[in-house]
Amino acid sequence: MAIAGLVVLVFAVGGASAQRGAPSQSARELAPIDLTGYWVSYVTENWRYRMVTPAKGEYRRIPASPAALPIINAWDPIADQKAGNQCKSYGAAAIMSVPGRLHITWQDADTLRIDTDAGTQTRLLRFTDRASSARPQPTWQGESSARWERVATPDRGGSLRVVTTNMRAGYLRKNGVPYSERATVTENFDVAPLPDGGTLLLVTSIVDDPVYLNAPYIVSPHFKKEPDGSKWDATPCSSTW
Amino acid sequence: MFIDVVMRRVVLAFVIAVLGAYAAFAQTDPAGPQSRTRPAPADYPSQFEFVGSWAPLGTEDVQNDSVPVDYLGLALTEEGRARALSYDESQKSMVERQCQGWGAAYMVLGPFGLRVSSQSDPNTKRLLSYTIDAWEDWMEMTIWMDDRARPPAHALHTQAGFTTGRWEGGALAAHTTHMKVGFIRKTGVPLSDEATIDWRFFRHGDLLTVLMVARDPVYLVEPEIISKSFRLSKVPLDFRDPCVPGYEGREPGDDVPHFAPDQNPFLDEFMKLYNLPREAVLGYRDTLYPEYRKKIKNTYVPPPPCTADCGVAGNFVRRRSP
Repeated sequence: MAIAGLVVLVFAVGGASAQRGAPSQSARELAPIDLTGYWVSYVTENWRYRMVTPAKGEYRRIPASPAALPIINAWDPIADQKAGNQCKSYGAAAIMSVPGRLHITWQDADTLRIDTDAGTQTRLLRFTDRASSARPQPTWQGESSARWERVATPDRGGSLRVVTTNMRAGYLRKNGVPYSERATVTENFDVAPLPDGGTLLLVTSIVDDPVYLNAPYIVSPHFKKEPDGSKWDATPCSSTW
Repeated sequence: MFIDVVMRRVVLAFVIAVLGAYAAFAQTDPAGPQSRTRPAPADYPSQFEFVGSWAPLGTEDVQNDSVPVDYLGLALTEEGRARALSYDESQKSMVERQCQGWGAAYMVLGPFGLRVSSQSDPNTKRLLSYTIDAWEDWMEMTIWMDDRARPPAHALHTQAGFTTGRWEGGALAAHTTHMKVGFIRKTGVPLSDEATIDWRFFRHGDLLTVLMVARDPVYLVEPEIISKSFRLSKVPLDFRDPCVPGYEGREPGDDVPHFAPDQNPFLDEFMKLYNLPREAVLGYRDTLYPEYRKKIKNTYVPPPPCTADCGVAGNFVRRRSP
């Protein structure tokens, strides 16, 4: 009798667990990959456009539209600084290419948070729709909706896809190559093991902008995972370096 | 008495079986029951269609301008730096070197797209390999998907090397060994025959992103990591004719053009062109991390705008020192 009771209890617990596992699981519980932790930019590509400020007027490898050229040629970093626009090159369309560190955490069960030490920016990647129907004011980091792209392999895995809109107009590069408020950023976050045992985060970013781009601007900066935040060095936005 | 013992054993076996089943049940992936009996990686199904033509995009800068002595974004050993500085691009004018081509890394460092096909066992129809077709200066690469053994270390080394692949976490993961001594930059940065490359191919919609992690115990202090994206092409990519060597001013038997590493006449060219710090142009490890950007913030001065004889999009590639 006691054994029969134990068997019933075992299956009851298992059944309840399986029920919880269906539609009510949070994004954090469903995560096929772990993006949390500290990550550092490893600048092995686009070095000349990321580690230093290129010359005024250079927009090579960015498919800038004719409408962008007057803005590119009028770039004035001092004026940006004075106008309080020193974060224009730290917006969501550019921030992942700015050399620095990321701290990725779960703000809540359905919101992934990315803090950057370069420019002290915060991105919130929401897996659920926001309650308010009113469109908020554009911000540097905009509104990001996220979803997991899972694969059905036995070893699991997958990717995080993020679409960001409602950004303030900003710069794709430090030297004033613009994107508009109508731009959309579509990103995939993937992880890969490194041969030395480390982990790499790869962010493939597509910027579409009907105003200042003739074609999508696609880059894929990558980051190495760090054991802790001991090298975190928060610095404010600057338009001059 | 005997029946009691038997009954107890039966009940005990039943309880163990039930608990074992529960443990397996509790570990089951919500995505499906297949994780209970994991097949060998070679049996994993393809996670995306890799076959097709993948066009280059040109929005990422992985080789800069191919100006001599440009080692930006690399972490070189002293030996690697010295050997790179000894390189003279005139070597490629030698008849015997014109069609030497570039190594496996050129898949992401070169300007071309990828044309991928697959090969299957004619009897079992099981996937044997993927092949990335050659360009005029790059050998085709075969990615063996059949779990075949890697050749011994002393086996033939080629430009493309020996590559095996497997599906892993939604990506195609591949590993290349047995490459000939070659280059990781067209500016003469060397890659030794001890180098290995780990690849990951990610597909998101019509975009294929190739991640390369090249390690070389001889010439690289840290791995060279490059990621480059390609877009699915609706029409097959058109590849040019194979390389055909011709006379370019050097006679067979001439000396191999080279410089003494400390006498390379192009040492300052790239630095002056863009006002770049010497240690960055020469491939020192520290220049790859964010701290370096802060280190030079008070000393770096951007070059003045290009006003005459500029290259595409306002860059300076054609404005050389007089």
